[in-house]
Parts: sequence; C-alpha cells; structure tokens
Amino acid sequence: MTPTLNVQDLRIAFSHRAGNIEAVDGVSFQIGPAECVGIVGESGSGKTQIFMAAMGLLAGNARATGSVRFEGAELLAAHPTALNRIRGSKLTMIPQDPMTCLTPHLKIGVQLAEVMVTHRGTTWRDARSYAARMLERVHVAEPRRRLNQYPHELSGGLRQRVMIAMSVLCEPSLVIADEPTTALDVTVQAQVMELLRALRGEFGMALALISHDLAVVAGLADRILVMYAGRIVEVAAAAELFRRPRHPYTAELLKCMPTIAGPRAVRLPTLAGQPPRPGEVLQACAFAPRCSRAADRCRMERPELVGPADAQVACHFPLSHD
Amino acid sequence: MIRYFFTRLASAIPALLIIVTATFFLMRAAPGGPFDQEQTLPPEIMANLQRAYGLDQPIWTQYGRYLKSLLHGDFGPSFKYKDFTVTELIGQGFPVSLQLGVMAMALALIAGILLGTFAALHRNSMADYATMSLAMVGIAIPVFVVLPFLGILFGVYLHWLPVAGWESGSIRHRALPVIALALPPLAYIARLTRAGMLEVLRSDFIRTAFAKGLPLRTLMWRHALRPALTPVAGYLVPAVASIMTGSLVVESIAGIPGIGRYLVQGALNRDYTLVLGMVVVYSTLLIGLGLLVDLLYAWLDPRVRH
Amino acid sequence: MGAFADEAWRRLQSNPAAIAALCVMCAILALTWFGPWISPNDAQTLDWLHLAAPPGRQSAHWFGTDRLGRDLFVRTLAGTRVSLAIGLAASAVSLLVGVTYGAIAGYVGGRTDHLMMRLIEILSGLPLIFFVIVLTVVFGRGEYLLFFAIGAVGWLTMARIVRGQTLSVRRREFVEAAIASGATTGRIIFRHVVPNVIGPVIVYATLTVPQIILFESFLSFLGLGVQEPGASLGTLISEGAAEMEAAPWILLVPGGALALLLLCLNIFGDGLRDALDVRDGAP
Repeated sequence: MTPTLNVQDLRIAFSHRAGNIEAVDGVSFQIGPAECVGIVGESGSGKTQIFMAAMGLLAGNARATGSVRFEGAELLAAHPTALNRIRGSKLTMIPQDPMTCLTPHLKIGVQLAEVMVTHRGTTWRDARSYAARMLERVHVAEPRRRLNQYPHELSGGLRQRVMIAMSVLCEPSLVIADEPTTALDVTVQAQVMELLRALRGEFGMALALISHDLAVVAGLADRILVMYAGRIVEVAAAAELFRRPRHPYTAELLKCMPTIAGPRAVRLPTLAGQPPRPGEVLQACAFAPRCSRAADRCRMERPELVGPADAQVACHFPLSHD
Repeated sequence: MIRYFFTRLASAIPALLIIVTATFFLMRAAPGGPFDQEQTLPPEIMANLQRAYGLDQPIWTQYGRYLKSLLHGDFGPSFKYKDFTVTELIGQGFPVSLQLGVMAMALALIAGILLGTFAALHRNSMADYATMSLAMVGIAIPVFVVLPFLGILFGVYLHWLPVAGWESGSIRHRALPVIALALPPLAYIARLTRAGMLEVLRSDFIRTAFAKGLPLRTLMWRHALRPALTPVAGYLVPAVASIMTGSLVVESIAGIPGIGRYLVQGALNRDYTLVLGMVVVYSTLLIGLGLLVDLLYAWLDPRVRH
Repeated sequence: MGAFADEAWRRLQSNPAAIAALCVMCAILALTWFGPWISPNDAQTLDWLHLAAPPGRQSAHWFGTDRLGRDLFVRTLAGTRVSLAIGLAASAVSLLVGVTYGAIAGYVGGRTDHLMMRLIEILSGLPLIFFVIVLTVVFGRGEYLLFFAIGAVGWLTMARIVRGQTLSVRRREFVEAAIASGATTGRIIFRHVVPNVIGPVIVYATLTVPQIILFESFLSFLGLGVQEPGASLGTLISEGAAEMEAAPWILLVPGGALALLLLCLNIFGDGLRDALDVRDGAP
C-alpha cells in the first residue's frame, strides 16, 4: 500500500550571507494511511521545515532536495497549480499560532467557505452552511453567528477550533498539526487534543503531530520520531519509546516530562547544554557534547539511523533495557 | 462606528474655523492693502473703495460678516477681478481643477498599486529594480520639470500630443498634465505598496492562505491587498495635498483654466478675499478627505472599528 | 561609534547606486565651485550677438544662451549654487529646530509631549505651500521669508524621529545614571540624549536637503522665492518654461541640473538610511 507521506533523504538548506545553513540533513520516514506520527524535537531541530517543504511553504532562500511524495505524487518539484489541488484539501495544516494565522479583515465564514469553493467548486451558500456544520462538529457554540464574526472577536481557543475545522473541511488524508496547543491555555490544550483524537476517529485521516513536548504527543501518537539537529535520532512505537527509550537524548527528554504519578520533583530537570548552532558542520554525533555516555567514537564518527522501520536509533551506544 | 465618525466630524469643524480665522487675521495684519499697486488714487476715491468693500468697518465686524456670508456659500467680491465675486471665479475654475485632480489621483492610485504589487511579487529581480528606479525618479524630479520635459518630448519633437490648452473633453489635452501631476504620488504609492506587500506576504495569515491551496490571484486580491494598502491609506491626504500643490504650476504651464492660478495671483495682488476663498476650498477638501480616510481605515482593518 | 561608522561605510560601499550618486554630487559641487573659472563667460553679461543661441561646440556658450544672451552654463552653475546654499542653510535651521523640539518632547514626556506632538500632527496635515503663499501676502516676498517658511516645513519629520529615538534612549542605564548623579535636564538632553540619536538625524538631514531644494525651486518657479537679479534653479526653469517651444534648451539645461541634483541627493539619502539601518515607516 502506498504510504500517505513518503519522505526520502530530504535535505533543506537556507542560504544566508554568511553561507548555507542546513536545517534538515538527510531525513527519511513514512506516514501510513490513518497513522498518527508524533515528531518531537527542540525548536530549531528542523521538524517544522520538513512539513513546510511538503506544503511548498519554505522561505524564498531555502532549497530542498530529496523526495517528498504524497499518496505517490512528488511534492518537491510540483508546479504551484498542481500543489494547490492537494494542499488545503487532501493535505492540510493546523498552524502554530491561531492568533496570527487568520486574515484579520475577512469574516470567519469567508475564510472557511473559500476552501470548499476552491477545492470542491461549491457555491458560497452551500460552502457556508457546510462550514457552519463543521464548526458545530468541533464544538463551537452558535456557529452561524461565528461565521459573521472577524478573527479578533474570537478567543484563541475558538480560533484554533476554526483552524481545525478548516483543516478537515475537505476530508483530508493527512493533517499536519504544528504545535497545535503551544499558544493556548492549559485547560484549552486538553480540549484541543481530545478534539483531534475524535476527528481522527471520525475522518480516518493520518496525523502528523509536531511538538517540542513529548507529553503533547504521548496520548495520541502511534509512532514517534525524535529529531535532533536536523536528523532523526530515534523512531519507535509510542508505548515502546516511553517504556524503553534507546537514544540518550530521548531518555533525557523523558526525564524532563512531568508525571502525575510518582514522587513530585521539587524542580523539573532540564536538559543541560545547548544544541549545536545551525550551520555548524559536524563530523561527530551532534548530541555528543551534551551526552553523558559519549565516548571517543561519538566525537569521531557520526552514527547512522539503523534498525527495523519501527525501532530505529542513531547511536553508537544505545541504552539497552534487558 | 457611526458615532466615531460623528466625533471626527465634530472635531473637523473647529479645525476648519481655526484655519479660516488664522488666515483672515494674518492677512489683515499685513501692511498695505489690495489697492496699493494702482496709480495713487485720490483719498476720497480710496475711501469710497474701502467703504464699498467694507474695509472701513472694525475688523471684528468684517470677520463676523465674512463668516456669515461663508455659511451661505458666498466668498465675497474679488478685489482684483472687479466684475466677479470669488464664488463665481471658483465656480468657473473648480470643475476643471477637480477633473484634473481626480484623473491624476486615479492614475496615481491604480498605476502605483499595480506597480508596487508587481515589484513585491518579483522582489529583487530586474523588474523590481527597474520599477523602483523609476519610482525614485518620480519622487525626486519636480512636477514643473517633468511637465515641460514631457511637453518638449511629446509635443515639440514628436508632435504626438499638444503641449498646452484644455479644450473641453479632449483626452489628448489632458494626457500630459495628468501624467505629470500623477507622477510623484504614483511613485510614492508604488513604494508604499511594495513595502506593505512584502510585509504582508511574510505574515502568518498569508502562509495559511497558501496552505489552503488558494490560487495566487485569489490570495492576492482577497487576503493580501487590503492589509498591504493600509500605509497607502495613510498617504492619501498627503497625496491629494501634493496634487493640489502640483496643480498650481501644472495649470499655469499647460494653460489650464482651473483655480490653481488664483491662489498665486491672489497672493501677488493681495486679493484678500480670493486667497481666503481658495484657502477655505482647499482646506475643506483636505479635511473632508481626512474623514473619508478614517472610514477607509475601518474598511481595511476591522479591528479599528472598536 | 567608530566601529559603527565603519560598518555603515562598508555597507554604503556595497550599494553602487549610492556611491555613484555620491560621486556625481561631488562632481556637481566641484563644478559649481570651479565652473566660473573654466568658462570664459560670466553670469550677468549680456551677449547681444547670441540671443537665445542653441548649445554647440563652436559657440563660446557650451549650453547656449537665454533670451537676453546670458550664458546658460554659468547661469545654471550660479543657480545651482544658490539652490544648494539655501538647501543646506535651511536644512541646518530645520535640523536645529527639529532636534531641539523632538528631544524636549521625548525627554520631558507626559502632557507636554502630547501637546507638542499634537501641534506637529496639525501642521503636517496642512499643505505648507499654501501657508507660505499666505505668508507672502502678509510680509511680501523676500529671502528672509523664504528661510522662515522653509524652516517651518523641514523640521516636522525630524522632530518626530528624534522624539521616538529619545523615548527609547531615555530608558537606558546611562541616562538614568546621569539623572541619579543630579545632572540638569538641559545637560542630559544635549550631553547624553542628542549624541545617541545622531545616526537617524544624519539620515534625515540628508533627506531634508533635497526636499528643501525642491520646495525652494517650487516657490521660485511661482515667482514667490528668489528675486531678480538673483536666480535659483527654480527661477531659471520658470524663465525656460516660457520659451519651451522656441528654445527648449533654456528649460532643459537648468531643469536637467535640478533633476540630477535631486535624484543624487535622494539616492544617496536612501542609501545612507539603509546603511545606518534606520527605520521610520517610510518605504
């Protein structure tokens, strides 16, 4: 079966006056139909750029090489017109900051309905009533009234619901949720995650859940990719990753996660040290300077990602749990 | 929104009153009068003249009388064009000046916005540099140099267009003055639009619009244009002021029978009522336009409405 | 400051248009200064044998003569000198007024600031040329009025910029330290605040010069500025416009000179603004 998203050896470089900066450095992975994949890493690890490349939204000074196939169709070299048929309908995105991602001078109704009008060729009238039903579906009260409101009249949580409704309007195959809860209040975060889970059950779409926080993806993801400095360092089924992390970085991330059960730490541990600066060319394992297990080999030779598709790790000395 | 508009309207009236009052008293404070330059008149004729124009009255009476007649749309008699009232002079020339100004403004807006958008979309290309260089020329070179240059080029050498005159309804007579008058605001609008557009194209909501798969044309028209035009709206009043200023020289170079010449001639002749009348007309126009711009802001950005 | 200036100069050098403009400006300056020695003619002599003579290499008048037989090359140079002198002097006046006004408004703040900014808002809403024309009715024409009127125009933007800069500088530690050590307000403004807003001020002073030259030539063109026998570029252009069909060069020479001068000043000012990285909301 064709994977919904198939990324092969993707590299993304940004050209700057000072030289090129590699943001994504040879990344390969697949997302299957109806699968929910969590992509976790610190900010700057390149996790968002991968999906920007898929959507054709990279900045003007960025260059992407490799291959990104969506349901078999290559996206990287695609003509904007061809890309426009896919994005917004089959491949959609829930952006990070709901406060700034809606057009300020257009009513919510127009911004929702135009997706249907563009991709399904419906009339504005039909599109609006469909949009209202979808707002109701994502638990927005008084959907008819919301359609006639402007973005600034809505709270952050409501706007994020609008964005979610927008992303599922055309029954997509893959929804990319880029830090969907980071900008929201804690109470709203849980509701949004619950909503995503429900919609996934209903529409059967695949979900790429991008976050810097393992806790966010924990409840929803089937499989988790951990990224560090532009590369994938570990891939594992979610339950397995939490129980038996193999890459030292993953283990450190897990330690930083607050748990409800267990003794409450006085202070949450944080990861010591800094990730490598973007643009730094590395011969060694990028994590070596911060790794407590690092040996000479880690500073000489970069570990490759090895192992079966659902249990890969890029480490010379992975943690073992035998 | 409507209440906001009326508050602004209420503050516009005192502003206008202040301008009229200041101009009125400034001119009366000046030494000399409108009849100085004529051959020395016998004192009794001078006194008759003064009486005829009400200049023998105390200044506050004159001021009160002037305001009262203004309310009836009467700008008083001209001191120099003796057979006409100022209202008549302005009434004759105003439609011509208005037509010239509106055409220039329309050209500046349409061409400026199109060029600015075009340059922003082709950022850092040759087309962008060419457009922006042209804009620099338009901003730097004054109207009274551009119009004669165009006149010499298209009129004297190429014989394509007439250099001067304003025969009723003839597009060919309007072409050069309108282009010359429109050029500086056009260039400025192009630069503002380009900068505004670049800013907007970087914003999150435009990224969302791209992610929705909207065709570029829809995206530009529906999502990008309005916010990109906010700086242009802020420039509208200065643009009209620039066209008004420009029309003073354009009308005199191209021999257009508008009201532009009255301000300068009135100033040279110390024709109090004529200058006052012109100041009233121009400031009313600008202040009224300022009110319209406030409404425009509300349309461009709904957040302003609160 | 030194490193900052070096960096700005380096960035300016990477802008070919600004460097070209600077070179042309220097050439114009040199010409207006030494031109009278190069040319065999002088500005006021009337050559009765060559009335409105076209430009040519054989003739002694390189750029032709005007209707009274005066040499256009020399006259244009003299006019450029007058225009430049007025531009520079009036810019200096507006610089002084604008910096003082803006620094006081920004430093004192509160109600005073509010009132002072309100005044600027009102003044910049008016087309100032009308204001100047009304003033000529009151005081008659003349050079002093010209300075007064132009000074009234030039300082508004400058004051606004300096105020904004002052507001941000005021909150920095060294100003607070000066206040703590008991320095007077006047001393703080001129010793601590003004030196720190100098970058944007230089940029706006550079951009004010062409504006003022334009404004002055506009008034002279209308007959409200420099009076005979003195002549700025505006006066010469207005003479030329009257003859433009019969003897276009009388217009083209001073018109071209003014266009070139303004273009160079604007391009250089823009380049300087980019090099010093000053942002003001103008494109």
